Amino acid sequence: MRGAEAFIKALEYEGVKVIFGYPGGALLPFYDALYDSDLIHILTRHEQGAAHAADGYARASGKVGVCVGTSGPGATNLVTGVATAYADSSPVIAITGQVPTRLIGNDAFQEIDALGIFMPIVKHNFQIRRSKDIPATVRAAFEIAKTGRPGPVHIDLPKDVQEEEFDIESNPIPAKVDLPGYKPTLKGHPKQIKMAAKAIMAAERPVIIAGGGVNISNATEELLKLAELCGIPVCTTLMGKGSFPEDHPLSLGMVGMHGTKPANYAVSECDLLIAIGCRFSDRITGDISSFAPYAKIIHIDIDPAEIGKNIDVDIPIVGDAKLVLKDIIACLLKSCGTDGKGLNNQNREGWLRYLESLKRSNIPKMDYEDIPIKPQRIVKELMNVIQELKLKDRFIVTTDVGQNQMWMAHYFKVHLPRTFISSGGLGTMGFGLPAAIGAKIARPESKVVCVTGDGGFMMNIQELATIADYGIPVVICIFDNRTLGMVYQWQNLFYGGRQCNVTFGESPDFVKVAKGYGIEAQRVTDPKDIKEVLREALLSDEPYLIDFVIDPSEGLPMVPPGGKLKNIIEPVRAPPRERIPSFQEIKRKLLGETREKGLSKDGPQEMGTPVERETY
Amino acid sequence: MGKHGKKQETSTHIISALVLNNPGVLQRIAGLFSRRGYNISSITVGTTETPNMARMTIVVKGDDKILEQVVKQLNKLIEVIKVSDLDVNKCVKRELCLIKIHTPDESSKSQVIQYTNVFRGKIVDISHESLTVEITGSSDKIDAFIDLVRTFGIKEMARTGLTALMRGSKVLKPRK
Ligand SMILES: Cc1ncc(C[n+]2csc(CCOP(=O)(O)OP(=O)(O)O)c2C)c(N)n1
Ligand SMILES: [Mg+2]
Repeated sequence: MRGAEAFIKALEYEGVKVIFGYPGGALLPFYDALYDSDLIHILTRHEQGAAHAADGYARASGKVGVCVGTSGPGATNLVTGVATAYADSSPVIAITGQVPTRLIGNDAFQEIDALGIFMPIVKHNFQIRRSKDIPATVRAAFEIAKTGRPGPVHIDLPKDVQEEEFDIESNPIPAKVDLPGYKPTLKGHPKQIKMAAKAIMAAERPVIIAGGGVNISNATEELLKLAELCGIPVCTTLMGKGSFPEDHPLSLGMVGMHGTKPANYAVSECDLLIAIGCRFSDRITGDISSFAPYAKIIHIDIDPAEIGKNIDVDIPIVGDAKLVLKDIIACLLKSCGTDGKGLNNQNREGWLRYLESLKRSNIPKMDYEDIPIKPQRIVKELMNVIQELKLKDRFIVTTDVGQNQMWMAHYFKVHLPRTFISSGGLGTMGFGLPAAIGAKIARPESKVVCVTGDGGFMMNIQELATIADYGIPVVICIFDNRTLGMVYQWQNLFYGGRQCNVTFGESPDFVKVAKGYGIEAQRVTDPKDIKEVLREALLSDEPYLIDFVIDPSEGLPMVPPGGKLKNIIEPVRAPPRERIPSFQEIKRKLLGETREKGLSKDGPQEMGTPVERETY
Repeated sequence: MGKHGKKQETSTHIISALVLNNPGVLQRIAGLFSRRGYNISSITVGTTETPNMARMTIVVKGDDKILEQVVKQLNKLIEVIKVSDLDVNKCVKRELCLIKIHTPDESSKSQVIQYTNVFRGKIVDISHESLTVEITGSSDKIDAFIDLVRTFGIKEMARTGLTALMRGSKVLKPRK
């Protein structure tokens, strides 16, 4: 059997049904073998789209997503997508073609050190040098990607290895792989579990931060049980959205830089913080020296390296969130009787009342009538339509990065795990659209909506062709403010309103663009029309794009970077002032300056010194 | 000031790691150190009693928190079988150094030979102009020798970096 065929057999053995990719010279044998296979291959329009789609597929389904790109530029185009998956612990297998082994190291056509390039952005990677190693390597790659703390695994596959014949009989796919250096700890240490249970019973002002790990380990049921059993309020990180129903009385919403006031206050005032499957990124903690200053901290994480990395913890528990929570609950029930009586510590009532009143006095205003539309209104109408169409348990939203993402994170209530898909750790603009493709392929029965900014949308706009050609019915909602809104907000807040390269002009007309791709599209400028258009889009079984023209001066409340969580500031609502110079002006400036300096037109050009400034 | 993010004292640590002897494993480990900003003082790699395994001895400077991270991050690498932050007082440490010393006359030659004997070193090469000395021992001992012969003029030098094993019968074993 040829190596490429064996590779595809090995993928099928892992239960892979769909792969996302883009062919090329170094992948010709691979695609030739695909010809005879039942694997579904989605041809994206850019390898980055393939990687994000595989990632979206993984996040929506919990299964491993697979993407493929050719050697050289195909591999480098995958990089952003793989790094995005790595930052959010998403199980993705990235396959790259490679030049034949005899040419490796010779700077051959489209040769690149893919192994070296991917090394720092994957959980592990392999270069297969003999076809007989294919079955065991693919097995190992999937094992590594999906177990423990999941993450992307990269396989570099030279062309001659794809072509080489080998005897699959004597090199069968092994049922188990031998990885002597890889043994994730799943069960929490009993002593630590007991300590945690004791701390939970003693706490008067406890709060839970649920991170992405809760979603990944399918621990939402256990989280709900623990919270209800002991009356512990729950806030989530961005990645943790969906791990706890946000309409639950104990839900405080998201915590951190763009967190809600109740969540940020609860964390700042609690005496016990139970952090589950979260890594205390700077977007969550703000200033670490004043983070949760009165709290004893329990940190549950499957990755021991996350514990104590950013925050000192009192009770570390290494293990899988689901198993650890189960054990903690059992331990609590054992010490309090199976009815759980006595777990609702009486002294907590004041705490819960306090947070309840914070919640009540901080219900965000969303029903704006303004033109241009306020984004909050769109989020509200989206939630209404989901409810009216009874889509609650078959609805997935993907977001892009920027204000659109944070408006959704802050205002949009999520109820179920794996239904809010967003690039957290890397914050990759251009993620939302291809991730929606992956999510829809993973869960074809669900309605998939991609909420995106105009900037991020244009970063992978080519995937409209993928959506159109396959007829993938995703609904694209552009929060069109004609600005790089998030950066614009920071410049207005922290750089004295010196708006610099954050404004777009009138181009393009997104409705015409969509129609050019053969996708139904509408522009919405009046808040009264939002609901009807959303309904129409969600009821249609075709791809649909809605261009919501929104107020560019609208911002988000936020904690300044490195600030204290309670110090939430309001955005400066500044209108766009930046002027985009025309090419004619630029040309005049270029030619004028060179003449002044007495240089010839073709003479050396002086480069401006870049100004250092913080970007989002 | 709250309780998190306090500064701690830095000291030198010797990390011993058993790793799978795969192509790229050195790059993976070196990459980890540079990406996370850990300072490597020295790194040695060589084969072990097990054919497919290599031992790396890495000398790092950092506070306890950084060292904890170094060990944890190394442990996360799939090809790293076992990592230990060796107790500096409970391990044998050796470094080897070759030094080519400028010795144009008999008197300088005989002096260097004398010093070498005191340090239990070996003369491994000799020419009209120079002596090459091999010194093995702790890094301090090598530092002291270098200091001593500096006045003659050191023409060239190669230090291997530290390698170490735990004292007694304890060994670094793969997890079961
Ligand atoms: C690939 C990439 N480039 C740059 C950034 C920095 N960045 C973060 S948000 C943002 C603005 C996004 O603008 P848009 O997509 O229009 O979304 P909005 O904030 O306006 O909702 C930028 C440039 C990024 N996160 N990702
Ligand atoms: Mg925008």
